[in-house]
Amino acid sequence: MEPFEPTILTFACNWCSYAGADLAGVSRIQYPPTTRVIRVMCSGRVSPVFILEALRHGADGVLVTGCHPGDCHYLSGNEKAVQNVEMARSLIQLLGIDPGRLRLEWISAAEGSRFAQLVTEFTDQIRELGANPLRNGHMGP
Amino acid sequence: MNYQMIIERTRAYLCLDCGKCTGSCPLARVDLDYSPRRIVERVVAGEAEAVMASPQLWSCMTCGMCSARCPSNVDFARFIIEMRAEAFGLGERGIYAHNGILQEIMRIQTLEVHQDRRGWLTDDMRVSEESDTLYFVGCLPFFDVVFADLDVEATEIARSAVRLLNRAGIVPHVSNDERCCGADLLLAGDVDSFRRLAELNVEAITRSGAKQVVFTCAECYNAFRTDYPEYVGALPFEVTHLTELLAGHMNSGDLAFEPVPGTVTYHDPCRMARYLKVHEPPRQLINAVPQAHFVEMEDNRERSMCCGSTAWVNCSGCSKLIQREKLAQARDTGSRLMLTTCPKCQIHLRCASRDLAPEEKVRVEDVTSWLGRAIQG
Repeated sequence: MEPFEPTILTFACNWCSYAGADLAGVSRIQYPPTTRVIRVMCSGRVSPVFILEALRHGADGVLVTGCHPGDCHYLSGNEKAVQNVEMARSLIQLLGIDPGRLRLEWISAAEGSRFAQLVTEFTDQIRELGANPLRNGHMGP
Repeated sequence: MNYQMIIERTRAYLCLDCGKCTGSCPLARVDLDYSPRRIVERVVAGEAEAVMASPQLWSCMTCGMCSARCPSNVDFARFIIEMRAEAFGLGERGIYAHNGILQEIMRIQTLEVHQDRRGWLTDDMRVSEESDTLYFVGCLPFFDVVFADLDVEATEIARSAVRLLNRAGIVPHVSNDERCCGADLLLAGDVDSFRRLAELNVEAITRSGAKQVVFTCAECYNAFRTDYPEYVGALPFEVTHLTELLAGHMNSGDLAFEPVPGTVTYHDPCRMARYLKVHEPPRQLINAVPQAHFVEMEDNRERSMCCGSTAWVNCSGCSKLIQREKLAQARDTGSRLMLTTCPKCQIHLRCASRDLAPEEKVRVEDVTSWLGRAIQG
């Protein structure tokens, strides 16, 4: 049997984390091809709905990334992200989904290697957890 | 498209164009562009497509006040719900309140989830998987998370329910396998997800061996009593609201309450007031609590005014105006505590009360949590 390759959805903020991911690419740092990156203007834009919807559509893990505390381009967007991710975490726990499938990390524009390292680490973590059990159900609208 | 069927099923063709619906509609009073009469008229006149594309299709709260007063007995709430189902099939959606988080929670539950939803149970409560009676908790644990900023105390309803059942000599089963009842998805047009949730719930409850299911939420209760038999067939178990069950126990003398001093009033949720016509059991229970002084609001029972928002769709400034009027009616009774039997009415009215000046605030609480205090002496 082929080893399980997870699908991880990464939300990256326009100002820090997306640039960090870009730096990982232009620096040719190697990391697993498990993640799909969605750029958002701010990590605070990532509503708990996005996280739940990603899991409902079969994502094995969701990684939310933003500027380090104090560095948010919009001053406090990443503080909002903390609240949103915490709400999503409580909800997925009630729904019986392993909270380890959700992670919030800070990545600056200069931290290309940190982005690569986090994706590698998170991929290993999701491999341990296995495929998202919601993949077995029918898909709603 | 089956507009003709919808018109026939809801008797919309009998509409006399009298406008009583619009005159009774709590929304039409604050949103001058909104008119149930005109919506029915346009669909009957063959303009169904235009109505489906209109945002007004999603504004109705399905409170049923119009149907209660309609001389032709047109079922307007059902008319709207069926039109929404058609519109949903064409990709139309209302504006989801709270960014759609509640719809997302409901839809995830149509999948293979193994929930962990009983964290609110405490050691003093007796529950049993072998029980003939199942307490259907509904979305309460999720409300505590989503509405943490409102301090909704939703699971306090569940804790009080189990304590009250215990006090009445019933050890209920609380299931990890129950799903959301799905009523809000049905009201918002998503029939397929609703049917799936209904099937899963009936299956889980049947498997548990329960012969009776007890509800604290008016919406869940109405979904099981009115909608489930229609969409998934007759239920192999009895359904009852906690207040009905407790009122029965009170009459037979095996349930008594400690004093809870103060003046209280009671808000009949739409589902209890007009859909199921369960008016007296909550009142009997409130009146049975010593030192509690019960005062009726001006509009009570079948005339009870809506809490301003349903189905987690199209909550707007108009909802807020309706809610403020409701709270004003409660204040006019001289009480600062309004009890209800629907956790969603509690959420909506607590939200509206938050914006009021301190002297105008009204506390909104579920009858169940309030009665929970009357047995803790």
